[in-house]
Amino acid sequence: MTLVTAKGLEKTYIAGDITVRAIRGVDFTIEPASFVCFIGPSGSGKSTLLNMIGCLDPPTSGFLEVAGKDVTHLGAKESARFRGDHIGFIFQDFNLIPVLTVFENIEYPLQMVQNWPALKRKQRVNELLEAVAMKDQGGKFPNQISGGQKQRVAVARALVTNASLVLADEPTANLDTETANRIISLMKQMRDEFGTTFIFSTHDHRVVKSAEKIFTLEDGKLQQQGNGDNHV
Amino acid sequence: MFNIFKLAARNLRRYKRRTLLTSILITLGVVAVLLFVSVSGSFKAMMIGQITDSMLGHLQVHSRGYLSSIDSLPLHLNMKGEQVVRVKEILDGNDAVEAYSMRIRLGAMFSNFTETTNVRLNAVDPEQEMQTVPMLADRIIKGKKEGLLAKGEILVPELIARGMKVKIGDTIVLVATNKHGSVNGQPFVVRGILEGISGPGGRDGFIHTDDALALLRIEGREISEIAIRLNEMEQMHEVFDELKGQLESSRNKMDKPVFEVHTWEELSPFFNIARMIDLMTLFIKIMLVAIVLVSIMNVMVMAVYERINEIGTIAAIGTGPGKILSLFVAEGFLLGLFGTLIGVVISLITIAGMNAAQISFDFGRQKGLLLSPTIASGEVIVIAGIVIAIAVLGSLQPAWKAAGMDPITALRHV
Ligand SMILES: Nc1ncnc2c1ncn2[C@@H]1O[C@H](COP(=O)(O)OP(=O)(O)O)[C@@H](O)[C@H]1O
Ligand SMILES: [Mg+2]
Repeated sequence: MTLVTAKGLEKTYIAGDITVRAIRGVDFTIEPASFVCFIGPSGSGKSTLLNMIGCLDPPTSGFLEVAGKDVTHLGAKESARFRGDHIGFIFQDFNLIPVLTVFENIEYPLQMVQNWPALKRKQRVNELLEAVAMKDQGGKFPNQISGGQKQRVAVARALVTNASLVLADEPTANLDTETANRIISLMKQMRDEFGTTFIFSTHDHRVVKSAEKIFTLEDGKLQQQGNGDNHV
Repeated sequence: MFNIFKLAARNLRRYKRRTLLTSILITLGVVAVLLFVSVSGSFKAMMIGQITDSMLGHLQVHSRGYLSSIDSLPLHLNMKGEQVVRVKEILDGNDAVEAYSMRIRLGAMFSNFTETTNVRLNAVDPEQEMQTVPMLADRIIKGKKEGLLAKGEILVPELIARGMKVKIGDTIVLVATNKHGSVNGQPFVVRGILEGISGPGGRDGFIHTDDALALLRIEGREISEIAIRLNEMEQMHEVFDELKGQLESSRNKMDKPVFEVHTWEELSPFFNIARMIDLMTLFIKIMLVAIVLVSIMNVMVMAVYERINEIGTIAAIGTGPGKILSLFVAEGFLLGLFGTLIGVVISLITIAGMNAAQISFDFGRQKGLLLSPTIASGEVIVIAGIVIAIAVLGSLQPAWKAAGMDPITALRHV
């Protein structure tokens, strides 16, 4: 059983009289509990592809299945529900909610998206705080912690709902090398601990080597497939 | 629900100054409306009270056609014998009627033995009259108020008393022509001087019904006007309809109604002033609604615009459009609630303060009336409710926009 299946996937943006073929027919599969990286230069279509897998943006044509569901033609409401149930997101700019504490940020999907009861929420959030080593920072607000810490919180928020898939579009772009490596290894560790599939994108070769499966994108097409060990 | 309000409250606190400014605007609007409503309401109530309780009563019954020629006080248009009994029956049978007074209205020559002038008079049963217009006695500025007057006595309007130089205890003569054309005169002792008030009948004198019957040589029952006082002013239109129905069933030979009923509103020009006050209140309320609508909409449009990226984030992680909508509507609601609550508190304190300060004003010839602004709790609740509803309404459009945002576009926004 595969977690993500894409066949002949295409995405074309039409803005005025300019047509951009951002993704030009890609085929790939991603297995559950894998640690996958899409690499490619800026403008190669990484974000576009991740947005389609994340059900944020519908494909123009082709076929896309995520977590056993054909998501090729999901409506706005349906895809919002699907994302809330199955997919976690980590953003380049961390995107924590500034008026919520670290604890509340991680709690947010449980409370506002999945309606967990309070006691279970607390338990689960503490579990995640511990997992990302932010246990003693729960009461702080996002503007009181560092970028690396923010991204740890974001990782926890993405995992808190037991999503089967976490998508991270350039999660390390705003972090220094050391912190970037730590975030990637945290993500990998989380994959090991929770069995969650991580798909991240980057144009930064420093962090690629930890990936177990690497897709290289160029001009909207997949170039080659490999794994982290033999990627140079 | 609680989480939505918590988040909304935190976001309001995040932009403290803006939140404060908007709520101050709402507060000012609420205070302006509540104070205007209470002060104008008290002025209106006092004005209406003066009119109904010292002269007109709440309702009046006349023979058909009497009012249109009331300036000449036509005796031949009085209600007679059977008709009076009929009206009496109907009034006695109505629980909403607290009291009524049967008046004969007449014009007469007023002589102090050196000079003569015209006077318009109400001939009344003092007991009935005092029950129907309890504030009449307060208008007696000289002479004793108790019992109003007795047979052989007259309450002289202030202006005539001054012009004719008559004092309490003086004897004067009234000369009147009855409807058959015969002239008769009769002496009266001046019992009191009556302060004039604005409006119909406000400058009339008073004598006893029995004296009028003798002066006009009326045999049997004859009444020009029946003033009616109701238990509750609020029932007036209801009772009016009821009485009108009952009285209009009395028809003459030509199948025309015998009686006509009027509310004080139709009898006094002050009703227009009362209506103008209502109209002004309405305009001020509309202005309040506009202020709240514009300020809330403005602040919420800004809130949505500033937080596009956040909206993208929460939408991406699965927050449904309904939740996003309610987040922003909750913000508008809290802002409205906050501004309104402070406004209500300030207004109630100010109203209490005005009552404590005993502010007085003059109305017509009446000096030193105390301003006693009050506001019904129902009215406060309605106004607060409207403001909060408008706050919600004003935030609906921006919230709607936020809810409909495409997460990717929103996330890309910087
Ligand atoms: N909403 C859009 N409208 C038009 N063109 C777009 C849009 N989003 C992305 N593109 C274009 O699609 C191509 C791929 O972009 P993107 O997926 O963001 O690349 P990457 O994430 O690899 O930098 C780029 O040429 C970009 O300009
Ligand atoms: Mg990108």
